[in-house]
Amino acid sequence: MEDKRQWPLYEVFVRARGGLDHKHVGSLHAADARMAIEHARDLYTRRQEGVSIWAVPSNAIIASDPTETDSLFEPARDKIYRHPTFYEIPDEVKTL
Amino acid sequence: MSAEAPHAAAPNADTDALFRYVLRLGDLSLVLGQRLGEWVGHSPALEEDLGVANIALDLIGQARLFLTYAGEIEGRGRDEDKLAFLREQGAYFNAILVEQPNGDFGQTIVRQVLIDAFQLELYERMAASSDARLAAIAAKSVKEVRYHLRYSSGWLVRLGDGTAESHARVQTALDLLWPYTVELFAADELDQRMAERGIGPQLSDVYAAWSARIDAILSEATLKRPADRPHAWHGKRGQHSEHLGYILAEMQYLQRTYPDARW
Repeated sequence: MEDKRQWPLYEVFVRARGGLDHKHVGSLHAADARMAIEHARDLYTRRQEGVSIWAVPSNAIIASDPTETDSLFEPARDKIYRHPTFYEIPDEVKTL
Repeated sequence: MSAEAPHAAAPNADTDALFRYVLRLGDLSLVLGQRLGEWVGHSPALEEDLGVANIALDLIGQARLFLTYAGEIEGRGRDEDKLAFLREQGAYFNAILVEQPNGDFGQTIVRQVLIDAFQLELYERMAASSDARLAAIAAKSVKEVRYHLRYSSGWLVRLGDGTAESHARVQTALDLLWPYTVELFAADELDQRMAERGIGPQLSDVYAAWSARIDAILSEATLKRPADRPHAWHGKRGQHSEHLGYILAEMQYLQRTYPDARW
């Protein structure tokens, strides 16, 4: 069901600078793809926040179901051995 | 006073011509920026409010650079604020297309496309000006204007090639505003002199490029290009339409009521 009085919603992702990943910064309404990029530029990068923009139709995003939170995420809670915190890191290793 | 004194108090013909030419450039951006600012809080969508305001701010920024330079050329101690807020209507030298009312959003977009394409072709050429300061301002501004045209032409295509209603509205706006474009390219003695000195481009070159660019946009927007007609106004010489006075009244009110106000 499409409401013609309201432009479709887009989610906006901005890359702050080369080498970093795109981060979700917000959403906006736009009539088409070109307008989505222009609005994203005008709304979310006017203070030099980024060098690249992704705009994704919000209805194209597949989200996890909030009612399934327990079964999806609860089982990971008692498996602390999955965190890489049990290793001795040699002094020579600067970054890991 | 020695003969070498730069920008001497008694202005010579060259500095006076350059002063008036730079005012033309600055006033075009200033008046259009002020006009666009009227949309803030009234745009068809929140996103457009920011889009239009960003363009207005770019234009005011350009005006500041031009007017600051004009004040230095004049050499009588007038800064950007004095020139923007304390000149009378007859001392403004913008082409009168930019002072025409906003109308509906489609009319604003039509005016914007016509001016954006003009400023783009103008600044691209002026970036190679023999005047280093104008070249620098043009090189900075051309990037802004390229985006302005992307924004405005996108909207014109959307509206022109949209519904019967939107098409009819922007075609009417185009017919209304088209006659004012002629003044942009009508080279007078000052334009000619600046072109000869390599300071400004030949307006005939700007026109050819503008014309081709506009044809492409109008064709995509399924709009009909109106015929050129002779014009009888000379905003570039300080003879304005009835609209500029109202714009200046609002824009200059604060500085004239509270001279040198700062905040």
